[in-house]
Amino acid sequence: MMMVSLLKTFWVVFLHLFRKRETILYPEQPVPLAPRYRGRIILSRDPDGGERCVACYLCAAVCPVACISLQATEDETGRRYPEFFRINFSRCIFCGFCEEACPTYAIQLTPDLQMSEYQRPQLVYEKEHLLISGQGKYPGYNYYRVAGVKIGGKDKGESEHEKPPVDLRSLLP
Amino acid sequence: MTEPALAIVILIGVLLVALTISAFLIWLERRLLAVWQDRYGPNRTGPFGLLQVVADMIKIFTKEDWIPPFADKPVFVLAPTIIMITVLLSFTVIPFTPVIQVVHLNIGLLFFLAMSSLGVYSVVLGGWSSNNKYSLLGSLRAAAQMLSYEVFMGLSVMGVALIAGSFDLREIVAAQRRLWFCIPQFFGLLIFLVAGIAETRRLPFDLPEAESELVAGYHAEYSGMKFGMFFVGEYLGITLISAMIATLFFGGWLGPGLPPIVWFLLKTFCFICFFVLLRASLPRPRFDQLLAFGWKVMLPLSLLNLLATGAVVLALQGKG
Repeated sequence: MMMVSLLKTFWVVFLHLFRKRETILYPEQPVPLAPRYRGRIILSRDPDGGERCVACYLCAAVCPVACISLQATEDETGRRYPEFFRINFSRCIFCGFCEEACPTYAIQLTPDLQMSEYQRPQLVYEKEHLLISGQGKYPGYNYYRVAGVKIGGKDKGESEHEKPPVDLRSLLP
Repeated sequence: MTEPALAIVILIGVLLVALTISAFLIWLERRLLAVWQDRYGPNRTGPFGLLQVVADMIKIFTKEDWIPPFADKPVFVLAPTIIMITVLLSFTVIPFTPVIQVVHLNIGLLFFLAMSSLGVYSVVLGGWSSNNKYSLLGSLRAAAQMLSYEVFMGLSVMGVALIAGSFDLREIVAAQRRLWFCIPQFFGLLIFLVAGIAETRRLPFDLPEAESELVAGYHAEYSGMKFGMFFVGEYLGITLISAMIATLFFGGWLGPGLPPIVWFLLKTFCFICFFVLLRASLPRPRFDQLLAFGWKVMLPLSLLNLLATGAVVLALQGKG
């Protein structure tokens, strides 16, 4: 009885010779990552190609390791954007809080984890490294199109789904 | 070629082949274990990861050769060499082919048994001189295990010796020309196999070095090439037992078509793979189970096998 069970064990283990290997041969074979994997952080652009980031500091405020630093500024049309935007990836813990806090879908985490460097300072990414040309995970969203804020070329009440502002001096309904 | 020159060539050849095989067993075992666990194993260094052996050797040679201050120094240094010496000496009597055999002893089988008995000293002294409780426990276990399983190992090969009518390994192989001894000596083969595993302290009988209980058992204090010698000694032991199984039960170099040396190496290789398969598939028994199995199952079985074989041989003699 014991012999039979032993032989069965050998046979079952031997059959594993013909099974598929579970190992992913990583550098040659890419690792399958979920679309919502929290990897390298990027800054996206809106459909018109403008920066989505409005430099509200919410990401920097929520960041538990304080690895995001930025400086807000405005262009001549009154549109806010970060003067610089710096993420220190040697501190980043990829928690995704910045993405959750972002009101404009500007900051996003991407399924990319291949960001090793030989020197720590090279892990500090500036805006030119972070900013991508596309829209990332939220195509079609344009903050300044739907927000009521007034910028150059767009007055109050001209946003999508927005009614013209109420004339406070008129008594008519 | 003159006789002594040929002998020296064979001697060096056997030494090199034995050491090379046991070194590549490091790679083979890891690779096979990985395959049986749905992994790849070492495949980065060189073709199929074969240069892993070289990497491991460089590593083990450049490690600090540390002797603990509390150890018994001479014995501590001596212990790992004993296992290498005894196993390599055992290789001298193995007939690889009718020509390739270092020493043609007419008591080759007894010499093999004697050498495997001496191998116990290595493990026991290694654990003893380490002056470490886990090492000592490991070597105590090794002593009990190897001494008890030696008994059945000796008794199981007696059946072979009875049928072949000789202790000369070359004659034993020659006696298998008609029928390999694995059929008339099936129980002998089983017992020898189990005893061989216990003798080489391989899984599932690796209680002397059970990682989960005894750290590394008798070689817990060893590092560098001293540990490497225990390590290579173990792999040499596997090769030796596999070669002995091939010699005693599977007709050694005998086989159709291919040259004798190829047959011998092929058979040995199969048993080495079987040893790895054993490691991949079986859990480790408790120590009392191990000894109870030895004395209550293996000993009666080997005695019965010897009795039956002797009776059959006598009956056939009486007829002929």
